[in-house]
Amino acid sequence: MEEGLRILPQILISGLVIGFLYAVVALGYTMVYGVLEFINFAHSEIFMFGAFIGFEVLMFLQKTSLLTTLPMVISLILTMLAAMIFSGALGWTVERLAYRPLRGAPRLVPLISAIGVSFFLQDAARIIWEALRGNWQLAVPPLYTGVLTMGPWQVAGAPLQLQVPYGAIVIMVSGLIMMFSLIWFVNKTKVGKAMRAVAQDRSTAALMGVNVDRIISTTFVIGGALGGAAGSLFAIRYTSITPYIGFILGVKAFTAAVFGGIGNLAGAVIGGLLLGIFEALGTAYLGPLTHGALKGPEYKDIFAFLILILVLVFKPAGLLGRTVGEKV
Amino acid sequence: MNAIKKGLKSALSWPAHRFAQLLTAERTALVTALLVTVLASAYQVAAPASGLAILCTLGAALALSYAGIKPWLRVVLMTFLLLGVLPYAGTLNPGVSSLMIQMFIYIALALGLNLVVGFAGLLDLGYIAFFAGGAYVYSIFASSQAAKFLPWFAANAPQGLGGWWFWAALPLALLVAAFMGIALGLPVMRMRGDYLAIVTLGFGEVIQVIARNLDTPINITGGAPGIAPIQAPTLFGMDMGQPTSLYYIGLVFVVLTAIAMYRIEHSRVGRALAAMREDDIAARAMGVPLVKMKLLAFATGASFSGGMGMLFAVKQHFINPDTFGFMESIGILAMIILGGLGSIRGVIVGAAAVTLLRFQFLPDLSALSANWGLPSAIDLTKYQPLIFGLILIVMMIYRQDGLIPATRRKENIAALEGPLPVPAGGTGTSVAK
Repeated sequence: MEEGLRILPQILISGLVIGFLYAVVALGYTMVYGVLEFINFAHSEIFMFGAFIGFEVLMFLQKTSLLTTLPMVISLILTMLAAMIFSGALGWTVERLAYRPLRGAPRLVPLISAIGVSFFLQDAARIIWEALRGNWQLAVPPLYTGVLTMGPWQVAGAPLQLQVPYGAIVIMVSGLIMMFSLIWFVNKTKVGKAMRAVAQDRSTAALMGVNVDRIISTTFVIGGALGGAAGSLFAIRYTSITPYIGFILGVKAFTAAVFGGIGNLAGAVIGGLLLGIFEALGTAYLGPLTHGALKGPEYKDIFAFLILILVLVFKPAGLLGRTVGEKV
Repeated sequence: MNAIKKGLKSALSWPAHRFAQLLTAERTALVTALLVTVLASAYQVAAPASGLAILCTLGAALALSYAGIKPWLRVVLMTFLLLGVLPYAGTLNPGVSSLMIQMFIYIALALGLNLVVGFAGLLDLGYIAFFAGGAYVYSIFASSQAAKFLPWFAANAPQGLGGWWFWAALPLALLVAAFMGIALGLPVMRMRGDYLAIVTLGFGEVIQVIARNLDTPINITGGAPGIAPIQAPTLFGMDMGQPTSLYYIGLVFVVLTAIAMYRIEHSRVGRALAAMREDDIAARAMGVPLVKMKLLAFATGASFSGGMGMLFAVKQHFINPDTFGFMESIGILAMIILGGLGSIRGVIVGAAAVTLLRFQFLPDLSALSANWGLPSAIDLTKYQPLIFGLILIVMMIYRQDGLIPATRRKENIAALEGPLPVPAGGTGTSVAK
């Protein structure tokens, strides 16, 4: 038990880092859900494309040896910016081609189309990078490899040391920046106000002179850009990417959005962070708690699913969401 | 006067006239049906391994189902194609039987999923989990796997229970899958359609994770390598494991499933499901017990999946967790979307078409491209997710009802089932007063 408590701070940090990624991706889900009441299944693939574009930029920087000469912050910004632009454009295209023709159709119709888009994009990425690089499992050129060591402090008679990779710090800092800029954008700007109006009542917003189609497109572009940024951060931190990284992460980010209260930006952030921490705790302690009978890492992906079911059964509105009556 | 004359004339002329018309229509249909059957059979027997021949034979069967000929003749001709020509082609080339068994499995799966998605309107993205359940229930006791964690088996049946177990496991697999359906269904019943989709998706993943990791602490599922070899069923002492004989079991399963689906669609339950799909609030107001109906749809659909899982295990001789991935669930979804949600004939056609594409035409094309020396990156067999995705998008945008849309019949409920039951605590007339 003593040993278990000793690793707790380290577990909390790694949970927080993956939680920031969930949170940024969850923002994309929750924005689209708020505006269209629709799960954008393809969002996970937009995240994945962000990771691949980030990889391409880093490869380019490495080839031109700019990676070593440029300041790291510039390389980081270039990578993220390229991923955000591409993923934002991808989000816009997907909405335009696969969702807009289906607006007003029964609920399941756009959902099935979105699942189709998700599969299409996933396989398209595999085909593209298999043709480009000969392999779809790619090792990302290292950008932030260092580790920040804190401590050691004397805790309960033994030294305690914390190790935080720089990549993790980058994720947390840029995650925070993105979240606060998004919340500022939605709450303080005119476009943000229009977005909230469309989310509340689309037809009334249209009557008030809001260009609903453009606002929906904007939502997809911003959500996509956030997903792309998260993807490039994922590539930098975890240094190995495949076209299949989006699927499970997407389900978890959606869980985070539901957990926090779908449609609620702050809720998505809190949900993402909590989910990341729960998952890290579960992964680390499942083995010791069952005396090694069950291996924590093997069951890692189940925790998010359990949380999703529990939330949907006991508090479908999520932590911060309002209970919405069903429209008859 | 003129009117009477005209009426008389038409009255006199109609029987002969109509009869001739009927006869020609009937005769054309008859000749066409016979010709199509004979041509398809000849092609199938001449080139048993050709995917095009199988396509023609199945196309002929589809044409027969539309032909305006006498029902008994239709049954005879279809029986000839399915019980004569295709099995015979299977003896010439075992690949045909193998492909057809795969197709039967997918048709039954698609029909089962159609009950949940098409009839009841509940989008289930983890349908393959029930399939895995059935496959594991059979395989664990039809291989050396059971001996690894049950001492009784180690002592008495180290290689599994033997061929009779298939028939005993069939009801068990149906039950296990149905229970899995209820276990998944209970917590999700109050959820809206899109939440349900994501929860069922998660359920499919969880079942896969469990199957992969339940080799510790007790080795129940065989872990990631799976279970092999799996014993074949026997029937009256005959080995039914060969593709040529398994073909018949598959055909019987499919026919039974299709009949069951047809009966369900036009039953009280089927109508309740349709009402729920169209508008659950209105359905509830009309007295449809939503939770019961949803659970029923989930459990019934799941049990079909479980039964076919057994057949799959027998066909493959081995199973492992990777066989039961999300892609399979989406593949089945693509089949029913392609054919037409809620349309039994459409679903059968969609499943047959996608199976032919996956297991015959794509491998054929990739062999062809390899012959031409094209790089393996253009290997079309690997493009299945892309194709499934495209099917879903294109069908949703251009043809939401599928290739063969479901037709609606006007039904006379009173004539079907007699007077409606009077609800307890009052009669219809007292309300009217």
